[in-house]
Formats: sequence, C-alpha cells, structure tokens
Amino acid sequence: MGGWAIAVHGGAGVDPNLPPQRQEEAKQLLARCLNLGISSLRSNASAIDVVELVVRELETDPLFNSGRGSALTAKGTVEMEASIMDGTKRRCGAVSGLTTVKNPISLARLVMDKSPHSYLAFSGAEEFARLQGVEVVENEYFITPENVGMLKLAKEANTILFDYRIPTNGYDTCGAGVESPMKMNGLPISVYAPETVGCVVVDKEGRCAAATSTGGLMNKMTGRIGDSPLIGAGTYACELCGVSCTGEGEAIIRGTLAREVAAVMEYKGLGLQEAVDFVIKNRLDEGFAGLIAVSNKGEVAYGFNCNGMFRGCATEDGFMEVGIWE
Amino acid sequence: MGWAIALHGGAGDIPLSLPLESRQPREEALRRCLQIGVEALKAKKPSLDVVELVVRELENIPQFNAGKGSVLTNKGTVEMEASIMDGSTKNCGAVSGLKTVVNAVSLARLVMEKTPHVYLAFDGAEEFAKEQGIETADSSHFITAENVERLKQANEAHRVQLDYTQPLQNGSKEERPNANGDVQLGTVGCVSVDSYGNLAAATSTGGLVNKRVGRIGDSPIIGAGTYASELCAVSCTGKGEAILCATVARDVAAMMEFKGVPLEEAASYVIHECMPKGTAGLVAVSAAGEVAMPYNTTGMFRACATEDGYSEVAI
Repeated sequence: MGGWAIAVHGGAGVDPNLPPQRQEEAKQLLARCLNLGISSLRSNASAIDVVELVVRELETDPLFNSGRGSALTAKGTVEMEASIMDGTKRRCGAVSGLTTVKNPISLARLVMDKSPHSYLAFSGAEEFARLQGVEVVENEYFITPENVGMLKLAKEANTILFDYRIPTNGYDTCGAGVESPMKMNGLPISVYAPETVGCVVVDKEGRCAAATSTGGLMNKMTGRIGDSPLIGAGTYACELCGVSCTGEGEAIIRGTLAREVAAVMEYKGLGLQEAVDFVIKNRLDEGFAGLIAVSNKGEVAYGFNCNGMFRGCATEDGFMEVGIWE
Repeated sequence: MGWAIALHGGAGDIPLSLPLESRQPREEALRRCLQIGVEALKAKKPSLDVVELVVRELENIPQFNAGKGSVLTNKGTVEMEASIMDGSTKNCGAVSGLKTVVNAVSLARLVMEKTPHVYLAFDGAEEFAKEQGIETADSSHFITAENVERLKQANEAHRVQLDYTQPLQNGSKEERPNANGDVQLGTVGCVSVDSYGNLAAATSTGGLVNKRVGRIGDSPIIGAGTYASELCAVSCTGKGEAILCATVARDVAAMMEFKGVPLEEAASYVIHECMPKGTAGLVAVSAAGEVAMPYNTTGMFRACATEDGYSEVAI
C-alpha cells in the first residue's frame, strides 16, 4: 500500500473578491488542521479518529461554516449537521438539526458507535447528546456577527432575486445558478457561505474514513437538510476510498456525489483522480460543487467545478499543498 | 418496452405460517394498490404521478408501516418520513419527522416542486406543510392498536424492532430470527416506468418500532431507500441502518450504469451479495419495462405488473 494521506476542505464556491487577509486566514487554518491530522497519522492513529479530530478543529474555529461560525437559518438561528463514515466496515453516523452541540461531528460518531441507529436529528439528537454527556452550549455561541450581517444581505438578495414560491426559470429547483456563474444556491457569491468543512483520511493500514460538517445554507428554511449529513451524498467511505463533498447541497444529493466516486472506482475500475474528475464532470449537471478524496493506495485527489475551493492535502511521502483557486 | 410497476409493503421475517386474517387484508391491499397504479399507467399518467398515487394509497392502509399504521417511537409518537425521485430529471424531495401530515409522500413531492431544497424535516417540515395547506390530522389518525402493542412488546424486550412482527398472542418464537434479536419491518414503496419511458420511485415509512425520537432511516435518503435515473427506479425496505451505509438504491443503478449489468442481475447482486442476510429487499423497474423484486428476508409484501399482461401479488 501507499502510506497515509489526508485532505481537508473548508467549502467550495469562493467569492473572487475575498479580501487577501481572509484568504490568508483560511489558508493558515487549513494548514493548521492538516498538520494536526499529520501528527496524528504519524502516531499511528486510525483514519476514523483522525477525521473526527480534524473536523472538530474546523468546527471550533469560527472561520468556516460549521460549528461556531455556521450559516444562519431564515430565523437567525443555527442548525448544524454532520456525518462520518468508517470505510473498513462501512459503518456510518449522522446528525441534523443540532442547536446546542459544540462539536456535531463527535455526536455523529457517537451515533455510529453508541446507538443502534445511523442518523439522529433535531430534538431526538439533542436528547441523545445529553445522554452521552457531550459538550453543549447556547445557540448564541455559534452565531458570529459576520454571519448576522450575511443573513441580512441574503434576505435582501432573495427579495430582489426571487420568491421561491413562484417557479422561475432555474431558481425553483435544485441546481440553480445557471445564468450567472457567480451565484450559488440562488445567492450572489458574495453572500453565499461555502457550505461545509470536511476531512478524508487513509491511514497507514490502508483504512479510509470521511467526515463532513456544516451549518448549511445561509437563510435556509428551518428544518432544511442538505447533503452533508447524507451518507452517499456528502460523505462516503468504503474499502477503496473516502470522500467528502461541498457546494450546492441539492446538486450533491441528486448526484449522490460521494458514492459516485467509489462506484466508478469499483464498477469502472477508474483510479482515484480519474474517478474524481469523471464525477465532477458528469454528475453535477448545472450544479456547482467540489470534493476531496483519498484512496486505500495512499493517493489524494480533489476536484471542483465552481469558483475555488478551500482545501489542503498531504501524503506520507512529504507532499503538502494548501489552496483556494484553480 | 412498455410500462411496468412494482410496489412493496415491507420486507421482513414474515412468518411462513402467517395466519389468514393477517395475510388476506394485506394481499388484497397490495392487489388494490397495484390496480390503481395499473389504471393510471394505462391512462398514460407519468411515472411521478403514479408512484405518488400508489404510495398515498399504501400510506392510508393501516396494515402497512407508513402513514396510518406507522410504528411508534420510544415515546409512543409517530414520526413519518418519505422520499420521491423523478428519474428523467433526477429531481427529488424528502421529508422526515412528520407528526401530522396524512400523506408524507405528497409533502416530499411538494418539497421537490415548491422549494429550492430537497429535504425538510421535523418542525420545519410541519411548518411547510401548513403553508402548503396539505392534509393533516392529529396523531390518533395514525396510531393503531396493533402498533401500540408492538411498542409495548419491544419495550419489554428492550429491543428496537423492525416492525413486521405481529403482536404476539402467545409469545411464539417464530419471529425471533437474528442473533441480534431484531425483527423485520414495514415501509411501503412504489416504482414505475410509464409509456414514455420515464422512471420514478417513492418510499414512505413510520420507521422502526421503539426507535429513538429523531431517528432517521433509509426511506427518506436519496440513494439509500429511493433512487431513480434514466435506467431504473428502485425502492428499498429492510433494516434502515444497513441500507443507508450500503446506499442500496443507488448501487443497483450504478451497477447498471457503470458495469452494464441488466436490472435483475444488479438488483439480485446488491441484495444477495452486498447485504447481510435478513436485512433488505427492494422493488425495481428498468426503462425497458423489466421488473425485479429480490429480498434476503423470509418474505416481502410485494406486487408487480407489466404492460404485456403479467402481474403478481406475493409475500
């Protein structure tokens, strides 16, 4: 086998006018998380432990849209979701609708390890969190002033752009953004919050794992679930690979994106990068998204069809890269 | 070529000696729902309408675990979920955690057609239901005596039960099949290909007996319990957690798409080679008008019909 490999992302679809300082902050955070994962891998941690550790770090930092710093619902609250998958036995855990759990990815892991279920949501998930004794905080903890401002802009943009109750060309169904490449999920790129953070890892033993976490879509309807907690859509891991996606949730769900990468590897015999490229090219129709992936051979790959994706990757042979644009 | 339709009322450890009074109403119900679907297809209705129509009918029948007759959570409440997918456009809709909506599959369709989202759940979904003016009822409409009894037994056994057990009159051990004590379940679903070659799939359920409040299974998850593409349409039933991790519905379609395997083979492979015994079943149709209904449990309530006159109702 090829040794360990790790990739992280902080969302696909980046404002081309993002101030350089923000870009720098993002790259530093990605590098820090990569290094955290790398140290763990060097100490022989298993893939599933590493993905959880790294995503926790991303959730705790307010920079990206997960945990603290999550995008806000139409009501100005935070509803977080996450999923994690262990490739060796194809076990999975997912959570949605969290409002007080400090680290959603850890709760998803507990669902996988400590409950007879695979997916818990809303009040049931919150209850389970308390039973498990995970750290909980007030909803306000997750809300940042920046996102309060973004929500306001998003609402204004929506009033001008479209009333989704009236079917208009392309905006009323999933996979919007046809007319202008600078819109994602119906919002101008400047207010669109890249949706998600994620991490994929293959450890020294060739075991793959994947984890994804998000606050979801800015100004989403309460109760809206995106791709991040859906196994096969936002997250997938099996014996061959681990995948985490980000971008327009609806497009990722329709394209069952994460599973696709594994499926073309399995059924078409494609290699990792080939599979990633194939899926990005063919499975998104008019939707915009990106993904990161690792294979059990120690390879790492990423792809995106939108404007930029915050990402970082590293392999055991010393390769390391952090980037935002093409 | 030609239209084809298949539907299910749940796979599970349906006892081989299921008493007549339990068999008959279910078989008749399957027959009736099949007829409704067939009439609609003959009248040239599109697949998406057909699957919604048939699943609505199945939801309204108390003997199946969906809508009316949904199994109960650990708190004695109902939490229903459903999803629907249009194979020609890949548009899809899903809902979870519904307490008052009479026809979950119809709300899933509204999510697909009337919002920019794919999936709404719990309070948000209920709110949306009110806005849309869809039919709602209070919990007494959905809760049946049989399911209250199932919950009681599950509590006594401290089990989460996949629901196809009849409330036991005599503690017979027939339904104790697996080492883990789980018994098998309900869920309803329908897949069809219409005269124009359009495919659609829909699945609806109350979930697992004694499930933790907030538990989501495979039925509302696109790619797991439901999937439709231009090649085929699939609806699954069985142990939700297993179906989710194996993305069963998508897998059948992926094998057909990427390996060029025909429907029957793909469906059979996924169920018999990829899923642990006793965990899953599915119904599927292909664009060519073929039908497949494999299951690795003792039985699966199912029915199908094709344009050339073939039809079947079985357990």
